[in-house]
Amino acid sequence: MMSHRIPLLNLSVGRLLVHLSLLMLVMVWVLPSMGLLISSFRDKDQLAITGWWTAFTTTSQNAFGRTGVAGEEVLQDGRYVLTGSFFEAGSKTIQSYNTNFRKLDAYRSGEPMTMKDGSLFTLHADGSYVWKSEKPFKHKRGKRIFYVAKVPPTFSLDNYLEVLSAEGIGQSFVNTFVVTIPATIIPITIAAFAAYAFAWMRFPGRQFLFVVVVGLLVVPLQMSLIPLLRMYNDIGAFFGVSGKSYPGIWLAHTGFGLPLAIYLLRNYMGTLPKEIIESARIDGANHFQIFTRLVVPLSVPALASFTILQFLWVWNDLLVALVFLGKSDDQIVLTSKMRELLGSRGDNWEILTSSAFISIVVPLIVFFALQRYFVRGLVAGSVKGG
Amino acid sequence: MIAQLLDAVFAVFFGVGACFLYFIGSHFVLERFFADSKGANGEVISRESLRNLLRPWIFLLPAVFMLFIYLVYPVFETLRLSFHDFTGERFVGFRNYHWAVQDPELLQAIGNNAMWLVVVPTLSVFFGLLVAVLADRVWWGGFAKSMIFMPMAISFVGASVIWKFVYDFRGADSEQIGSLNALVMFFGGEPEAWITIPFWNNFFLMIILIWIQTGFAMVILSAALRGVPEETLEAARIDGANEIQVFLKIMVPQIMGTILVVWTTITIIVLKIFDIVLAMTNGQWGTEVLANMMFDWMFRGGGDSGRGSTIALFIMIAVVPVMIWNIRRFRSEEES
Repeated sequence: MMSHRIPLLNLSVGRLLVHLSLLMLVMVWVLPSMGLLISSFRDKDQLAITGWWTAFTTTSQNAFGRTGVAGEEVLQDGRYVLTGSFFEAGSKTIQSYNTNFRKLDAYRSGEPMTMKDGSLFTLHADGSYVWKSEKPFKHKRGKRIFYVAKVPPTFSLDNYLEVLSAEGIGQSFVNTFVVTIPATIIPITIAAFAAYAFAWMRFPGRQFLFVVVVGLLVVPLQMSLIPLLRMYNDIGAFFGVSGKSYPGIWLAHTGFGLPLAIYLLRNYMGTLPKEIIESARIDGANHFQIFTRLVVPLSVPALASFTILQFLWVWNDLLVALVFLGKSDDQIVLTSKMRELLGSRGDNWEILTSSAFISIVVPLIVFFALQRYFVRGLVAGSVKGG
Repeated sequence: MIAQLLDAVFAVFFGVGACFLYFIGSHFVLERFFADSKGANGEVISRESLRNLLRPWIFLLPAVFMLFIYLVYPVFETLRLSFHDFTGERFVGFRNYHWAVQDPELLQAIGNNAMWLVVVPTLSVFFGLLVAVLADRVWWGGFAKSMIFMPMAISFVGASVIWKFVYDFRGADSEQIGSLNALVMFFGGEPEAWITIPFWNNFFLMIILIWIQTGFAMVILSAALRGVPEETLEAARIDGANEIQVFLKIMVPQIMGTILVVWTTITIIVLKIFDIVLAMTNGQWGTEVLANMMFDWMFRGGGDSGRGSTIALFIMIAVVPVMIWNIRRFRSEEES
């Protein structure tokens, strides 16, 4: 009833308060992810020493450069001149410099500095230097010049390229798809047939079996882990292979996802108009034909809802993957990999932020593209939990 | 990489194909071997009733089989294992339970789970309701809801990385890169290693789950609020009730059922909370919870299936009331 008012003309204190408190909440909710996303594109050295909120501002950096050595100078108007540059022009701007790192603000860029031997050294803002001397240079190691420079914000895909190749995130990304796609399609196929049977077929024990399904909705995964792990290991040992395999995890996810899938689909299929199904039966169609040609096409919204729920659930799962899949390169999934990186590379935020973003980008795309179905599935299935 | 991708595609086809093969194959077999046939005198012997007797079970077989193997049988097996030693071979009576009620780590885990159970559903529902109500009153409400809902798509591990970065700690003399410590220092406080402060660190972990679950609560409650009839609200406003009174005395009572459903759904998620604790602290600094401890015992020292099963049963016992409530609710809905 508020929506038909023109917002700007109705800014009472109360309404301002509503806007402000909602804005605050949205900020608190968004900023943590924003920090991660921005950080993942930052230069790894800057990322380690400055907060992500400084990413768009120019930062100050203390560093040093080494001059060229004796023999590289040229003779110019009777003086020996050594020139060069400390960094690529444009990447930083020198503010001040000195040979002594304790007094970095001694000489401003472009201002000549007299060295101990009387020679003149000038460091320009763009990082180039000119060193003029009356006598030939003798030093064999380049002289260290300390400076303060302004560093403009730099963003690149370097962190991503690194984790995709060197850290094995690319491989894990593929593995995650190999787990997720069958672990989404198999349960939905099995559940759709079962849901149809529950909704439209008569058989003894129908009510009892469905109550069992409702009960199983909330059985914690933890109850299944140890018996299944033992079973998988026994089966693996029997065939002389490892108990950890892709078919193993597909079936595990299928089993765990089935109660919700059957529950959601049966409730949806039960609401389809009775007349359609009965008239199809009168026309001589059997249940298999009614199911594949009539009920499945009509149930697309419910099928889509569950597909999204199951896809996100499997993609984001860590526990089932840790128990039923190995940690070798050809099996480790993204969540499992992230958890390893948190342990081994806990301080390398350039690696953690970029791999975290890679692991959440697919769910985010699915989420934003299909938000409506996702919401519908959640509303219909809010009895399960996780 | 190419070989891996090909393997993946093959694996996907194999897995999905096997599933379709069953349904199409069983349909074919049914139609072929139980087809109507012509009798000796040329009359049609219909086997339709036989086919209709068999077909429900063909439709149900894979589902019933999977549910039995992956959920029903394990519940009883876990119960059995909890009375056996670490190998699962030797019967030890109540020894695992005896250990459980005395183990300080397990008692701490139960205490922490209880804290999670109180805090997370309460605050998720509170913030969810707050956002649902506020967002309905501003023109950018849809956008606000999307943003608050977004963490629902993020894995618990991904969320842990996001928040570990927020909680990052550097010494007081260096620049902070974690937002929380930077904020604390901005207001003149001392930076802290938040996730290692005993007792309070539990709350820093809970924030992560609240951050994820608020979106869920918001979506469900928002849908329920839409169902509250506009005339009732208008009538109350005409009677002089202000917006806060309308909200507390009319809206909240009307959606109480939904609030309860959201509450129990989040409760079950909280009971099973695992990934966040594993990724953030692995139960160190007094943050242990049941699910993480159970996982730990599955593999600790080669694995102790007896103790692991006992801990799993603790989680199961906590879930049973919700299960009974669900079944009752379902039964009463079916009858009406």
